[in-house]
Amino acid sequence: MSELLKIKNLNVDFALRERTLRAINDVSISIDKGERLGVVGESGAGKSVLGFSIINLISKPGYIDSGQIVFKGEDISKYSYDRMRTIRGNQISMIFQDPMMTLNPVLSIGEQMRETVFAHMNVSKAKANEICVEKLKKVYIPSPEKRLNQYPHEFSGGMRQRIVIAISLLTNPDLIIADEPTTALDVTIQAEIMDLLLELCKTDNMGLMLITHDLSVVSQVTQRIAVMYAGTIVELGDTATVAHKPQHPYTVGLLGALPQRAGSEKRLNQIPGVMPGLAKIPAGCPFSDRCSLVGDICREKRPQLLEKTNGIRVACHFVE
Amino acid sequence: MTTNNPEILVSIRNVVKHFDISGGWLEQIKFDNGRITRKQSIVKAVNGISFDIKKGQTVSVVGESGCGKSTLARTVMGLYPPNSGEILYQGKRIDNLSDAKLKHYRTRMQMVFQDPYASLNPRMTVGKTLREPIRFHRPELKEGQVAEKVAEVMAKVGIDPDWQDRFPHEFSGGQRQRISIARALALDPDFIVADEPIAALDVSIQAQILNLMMDLQEKSDLTYLFISHDLSVVEHISDVVAVMYLGSLCEMAPKKQLFDNPAHPYTQALLSAIPKLGHEFSHEKLKGDIPSPINLPAGCVFHTRCKYVNDRCRSEIPAQRAGDGNTIVACHAVEEKRI
Repeated sequence: MSELLKIKNLNVDFALRERTLRAINDVSISIDKGERLGVVGESGAGKSVLGFSIINLISKPGYIDSGQIVFKGEDISKYSYDRMRTIRGNQISMIFQDPMMTLNPVLSIGEQMRETVFAHMNVSKAKANEICVEKLKKVYIPSPEKRLNQYPHEFSGGMRQRIVIAISLLTNPDLIIADEPTTALDVTIQAEIMDLLLELCKTDNMGLMLITHDLSVVSQVTQRIAVMYAGTIVELGDTATVAHKPQHPYTVGLLGALPQRAGSEKRLNQIPGVMPGLAKIPAGCPFSDRCSLVGDICREKRPQLLEKTNGIRVACHFVE
Repeated sequence: MTTNNPEILVSIRNVVKHFDISGGWLEQIKFDNGRITRKQSIVKAVNGISFDIKKGQTVSVVGESGCGKSTLARTVMGLYPPNSGEILYQGKRIDNLSDAKLKHYRTRMQMVFQDPYASLNPRMTVGKTLREPIRFHRPELKEGQVAEKVAEVMAKVGIDPDWQDRFPHEFSGGQRQRISIARALALDPDFIVADEPIAALDVSIQAQILNLMMDLQEKSDLTYLFISHDLSVVEHISDVVAVMYLGSLCEMAPKKQLFDNPAHPYTQALLSAIPKLGHEFSHEKLKGDIPSPINLPAGCVFHTRCKYVNDRCRSEIPAQRAGDGNTIVACHAVEEKRI
């Protein structure tokens, strides 16, 4: 398959008054055309910053310090603001967590959808409406012509998120970045939305980067998983292998902490301590102060993300 | 349901809780087809729920947002008076007691809230937060005894007692939830209501708090009413699980029975929607959305989305019926053996 997006040695910094903090540290990752990649991690791991930096949406004091973001063969990380607008929301769209926040409450959804169409296409209003109705049908909104004139408060939470997905589809993007798209929703609605995303990716051969904290959701929808910890990728590989035979001690701990993995064991496996803040990431391996396997080398040298057995890439000194 | 079974700690009998959200009478006046009418809007949050909680057990209430599980928890705690129905604690009715008489029961039942960022006073040190309930309920204790008790509960939940003079913002989310649990334990209660205690925490921290809660239950012989929307967490920690939908109890059964053989159609759909690690994605689709608790559907509240619906479901509210092996199911289709 051809490569759609390739991120090479990306570093994202936040310049504060006293010092500069590194939120994304030397991340390299790629997505093929039509591939579904999951990015998992706990809060503060830098997974959302990674998603935002792809479409250059990091706001000050954050900035891309170095590295490349190659989309369809072109490095888009150094694009000007205006040039970026031809990519963002057009060839790459983003879905955010909370549909209550992303839709404007005082505009009808028709107005909000047409805005996107007009921003990227030179079409008449009638044609724009046609496109909107077509996409609303795609996400199974009943009687879309009528619904176009309604306001966000007239829809339920699950329907709102489906409208957000419809907006992201308006320009037939090649890649969708979904940042915790179902975290604000109930399980039955979550299952519906994930079904829909999966179906759309398959029928339109769209790439998907699914950012979430929920390992079980990721394992059901994606083909590959990247596990992030304190701004770096610690494990990267195909979904089934990472979910069933994790290698990195952090991934092992995270999966062990899931109640459904505990089985009849009464106590859950817990990782001691909490993820360090950006200012307190230990030298050497970022996970060293919570890891049970820690040795001297972990405190001195940062492990590289290297290919281990099973074709999984792991950043750990102790994994063979 | 026997009245004075010593095994039963808390009984909930036909509890109904409605909230009037229609505002003042001016706001209730509506012009309809040239006529002036007065319309009241009532949120029917909990509609006639009954079950017992046995001593030493963990009973979980699950359901989607808006199903009334938090309202039920607060009604049991006496934070909301029920519109009708009774709450019994060790066989004595407590929902109609005066504040002064209720004070004794307040020391026996305590609550842990969802968001440890909101439930701790940011301007009070942890020590002060923990001393407050002890001083209020046990005024006979001397300063030294209070300090001893505070140090004891802090050690119990794994927070260094030397950190008493710190403020909540100096702690991480998981530590704050430990402090909330310490506050609930300060009066050595028998019964703890935990309303989504781990929903705001990361996975690895969730495991720490769940382990702590299970350890404390063993050590201090606690009874839990655990409110959660996360079914895999519920499956791990509960003895008995109750499933709620739109203010009604659908099904209540011992954990294993409920997860292996769900009887109610809603429980079946809910369980199939749980994402499972590394499994193919397949779930039972529920059609439509959850109706509003202001305009409840007639008959069974689930009939608008149920695939086994018939005319009886549309008109008659199913009663909570005892099934095999300590289960309660409220469904006409199950009763008629259609499923």
